[in-house]
Amino acid sequence: MREINDFDVAVIGAGHAGCEAALAAARMGFNTIVFTVSVDSIALMPCNPNIGGSSKGHLVREVDALGGEMGRVIDRTFIQSKMLNSSKGPAVHSLRAQADKADYSRCMRRVLENQERLTIKQAEVSEIIVEETKVKGVKIFSGITYYVRAVILCTGVYLNSRCLCGEAVKYTGPSGLQRATYLSDSLQKNGIEIQRYKTGTPARMDGRSIDFSRMKEQFGDVPIVPFSFSTDPESIQKEQVKCYLTYTNERTHEIIKNNLDRSPLFAGVIEGVGPRYCPSIEDKVVKFADKDKHQVFLEPEGLNTNEWYVDGMSSSLPEDVQIDMYRTVPGLENARIVRNAYAIEYDCIKAMQLLPSLEFKKISGLFAAGQINGSSGYEEAAAQGIIAGINAGRKLQEKDAIIIDRSEGYIGVLIDDLVTKEGFEPYRMMTSRAEYRLLLRQDNADIRLREKGYEAGLVSIEEWNRTQEKVRMIQDEIERLDRVRVGSSESVVSVLRSLGSADPVKGVSLKELIRRPELDYEKTALLDSERQVLPDDVINQINIEIKYQGYIERERKNVKNFKRLENRLIPDDIDYDKISGIRIEGRQKLSRFKPVSIGQASRIQGVSPADIQVLIIYIDSLERKEKDKC
Amino acid sequence: MNEKDTIAAIATGLVESGIGIIRISGSRAIEIADGVFGTREGKRLNLTEAESHTIHYGFIYDGLRTIDECLISIMRAPRSFTSEDTVEINCHGGPFILTKVLDIVIKNGARLAEPGEFTKRAFLNGRIDLSEAESVMDLISSRSEYSLDTSIRNLKGQVYEKVCMLRESILTETAYIEAVIDDPEHYSFESHIRDFSLFLETVSGDIETIIKDSENGAILKEGIKAVVIGKPNVGKSTLFNKLIGREAAIVTDLAGTTRDILETEVRFNGLLIRFFDTAGIHETSDRIEIIGVEKSRKVIQDADLVIFMMDKSSKIDKDDREILDYINGSDKKYFILLNKSDLSPVIGSSELESCLSVNNGQFLGFIDISAKRGENLDSILEKIHDYFMRGEISFNQEVILSNKRQIGEMKKAAESISNVKAAFESGLSEEFYSVDLMSAYESLGRIIGKSVEDDLADKIFADFCMGK
Repeated sequence: MREINDFDVAVIGAGHAGCEAALAAARMGFNTIVFTVSVDSIALMPCNPNIGGSSKGHLVREVDALGGEMGRVIDRTFIQSKMLNSSKGPAVHSLRAQADKADYSRCMRRVLENQERLTIKQAEVSEIIVEETKVKGVKIFSGITYYVRAVILCTGVYLNSRCLCGEAVKYTGPSGLQRATYLSDSLQKNGIEIQRYKTGTPARMDGRSIDFSRMKEQFGDVPIVPFSFSTDPESIQKEQVKCYLTYTNERTHEIIKNNLDRSPLFAGVIEGVGPRYCPSIEDKVVKFADKDKHQVFLEPEGLNTNEWYVDGMSSSLPEDVQIDMYRTVPGLENARIVRNAYAIEYDCIKAMQLLPSLEFKKISGLFAAGQINGSSGYEEAAAQGIIAGINAGRKLQEKDAIIIDRSEGYIGVLIDDLVTKEGFEPYRMMTSRAEYRLLLRQDNADIRLREKGYEAGLVSIEEWNRTQEKVRMIQDEIERLDRVRVGSSESVVSVLRSLGSADPVKGVSLKELIRRPELDYEKTALLDSERQVLPDDVINQINIEIKYQGYIERERKNVKNFKRLENRLIPDDIDYDKISGIRIEGRQKLSRFKPVSIGQASRIQGVSPADIQVLIIYIDSLERKEKDKC
Repeated sequence: MNEKDTIAAIATGLVESGIGIIRISGSRAIEIADGVFGTREGKRLNLTEAESHTIHYGFIYDGLRTIDECLISIMRAPRSFTSEDTVEINCHGGPFILTKVLDIVIKNGARLAEPGEFTKRAFLNGRIDLSEAESVMDLISSRSEYSLDTSIRNLKGQVYEKVCMLRESILTETAYIEAVIDDPEHYSFESHIRDFSLFLETVSGDIETIIKDSENGAILKEGIKAVVIGKPNVGKSTLFNKLIGREAAIVTDLAGTTRDILETEVRFNGLLIRFFDTAGIHETSDRIEIIGVEKSRKVIQDADLVIFMMDKSSKIDKDDREILDYINGSDKKYFILLNKSDLSPVIGSSELESCLSVNNGQFLGFIDISAKRGENLDSILEKIHDYFMRGEISFNQEVILSNKRQIGEMKKAAESISNVKAAFESGLSEEFYSVDLMSAYESLGRIIGKSVEDDLADKIFADFCMGK
């Protein structure tokens, strides 16, 4: 059979993980081939028609800072945009945009098509080829083998998937797309542990059959804030679509309860574990029985379609029940279903088989990203995709992997959680998972991660210089504000009084004034004659750094402690059975997970602080032994 | 697990002794000692300038208050056990002075050392031979687990429950805040402000109470309530009178003449022990005595410790067994006093053993005494003191922590909650509360030996219908 040796990297799947992975590898200079079961489904959004949202918006910003594509594409294809939590502090502001799905998909596909060194290939990969714990290539269903040096699995929900809608079961991927039937077996043959997860999607309605007058309009923000640090905000201000809010009611719940026996989820037909945060409407009604209504958002699927997404009502009930159920909702009384809701079950891996670089611990050169790792969501997928792409490239460059740790980004939290904690349900990003979230803001993702993107070769020197210049301007200005004393002249007092602020105490600096809740950088302009004009994003950072200094400094201090443990690496060949001081449970867990650092070890469930102490001393004694030898 | 900060601990153990040593190790050790140490007149001694391996005489101060007279040894790095700057404060022995001095040192910037931490530092800094590494590791793992376990085991049910309750309420509030942040279109904080403010008041009040009771309230003010119980005429009042050294109780040879509860206080090595003399518990038809018996039962309910007195010179009878059953039916710890050791014994050891067939860890031991001759009475006090110091006896009513580490964690929790209050009052938004709420949650978790894991995410999913 034919063998092809033209490529360095093969990416299996062209969803949100696959696109970022393939682009990263190609941009780093490697000949890359990306396989997809259907070229028409590149960057498909088979579920909700939006990008971002709480904590997910952070991920998009981080992907962008690293030189990824998701932010730029959504900036070009959004039809409504909103900054969530804008009434709260900056750390939890999160951008969310409604996408024109078809446009998003097409736009991303164009980026891939035009990318140098990147080849798109429609084919089902049926086998990965591994020789002596090293990946050698992939074989496609037609029998052709592609020999490559690195493979990235981005198979999404396509592995052995089946869609369920009541009694109707179809053995396909999402939206009736072809599934991947053979790859799971091949992975298992190579010793990879597989598990089964489940997720679901609601129905799409014909917009002409919806009575929007019975629902509450939901508008986008003005002005619109872009996702990408490289998008000019001026360029994206445009007319936005409306979304609509309505509610389920007692009748809806009645219908669901009466038909639970026909739900594959409750009848036990579904084996996969579903996510708790994105429950089907059946789940909500059963689990939160005391709630008499649930919110339902109607969101357009795009500008050139009549399809509307019924956010909040995913379901695996039979279609005849679905029709009755949806029609109880105000505004949907006469709604016609274009595509019914369904649940989808699929194979994914246990991600603790991966290193933080997303490479398999046991198979060199094989990487995995996205839903195959047990995550859910477009943004989570893209975030892993770019890291897997970068690290596949680093591997071929024989350089150290680029790792984002928990103190550097949500991407770090996401990947660390996936590879360190034994997951039991699809993993969704949440801001509460980030212990340093006051530092990990969406507004400073560039300051946090541009350097890594530059180091990887995905961010241009110009972009990187711009970020450095921004950091310098912020620091210089904060230092200056700390030095400037405003005095207590009559004019100062009167300015402060006009701003509703107390008279200055002796020797007070501008910085201290800015910290007052009623003041900020802009408001103190009249007291600051030497002030130069600074860009808005710089001013924003200055305000945040000064106003939240106490919290920010505390978290930075915590990060320092965290880094100390994170930077203490555990040798690959450590034999935990030789360390008598570690309890049996801790020893088993450590042997199984093989953490890369003391920090990671300390986050494994079942490893006690005492175990960690013992481990530190053991490693220390090993290092000292080495030294003594020399 | 900060390896660079300055640690302190009592090096000599919490026992009565003439001299006790507090050891401080780390880069700030000398500076911290300098800050709490001065001459009799309160003048600073400038220890930071002192040479290594010198001893200094002076006083430990808590602010302006003199705490103890002491000697301070200075050992500069690397010529010390840990290879770090080390200070040893030789002060007067006894748990109260020692813990007080340790408190002051911690208040001034040191951290309470973990079990085995001095040894660990000595090892990490190359002071201990490599071959000892193994034993150091074993030491740390066994010591920390032992100390954690015993301190947790010693928490009384009430304390444990109270801490769990506090944690649960903190987690619930945090989960609410997180649900609001993660799903702002479903949940809002505005509607919750009043509840939240109430929650803050309750939690901070509860924590403050525990700290106050743990630190000084009970131990100094109230002392240990020890109830002396036994059938009539067994010698309770004789004992009681010997203890207080004056004839306060009515003592006759007639059974059942002690009608009122008599109380006296004895101070022993700084520990206040309050003895309660009771009417003998036995079947009675005498109306006056019924009142006495009722009162006795109540006193036992309130007691921290029961002292059951038996007459070694007469057979164990139904009354004795009933009283014992009654004590065993409560959750009180008790000693058995075998009185009248001056007469020839009738009760043998096998008989005594058989009394204790129902023993669920309440029984602390036998003490042979002669109340009449005043023999061996001190050993009662010694044993009570001893068991208290080991944490076997704790206070009945209050929710208190008797362990330094636990009190330390409770104080951290209090500080975190007060940070939340400050943020709440200054109008910061709710994600800032989460930071300190979770710190408080962690601190409380360390008191009862629980780590955080994924509690918060689990709670959010359990309580809130998340996601669209």
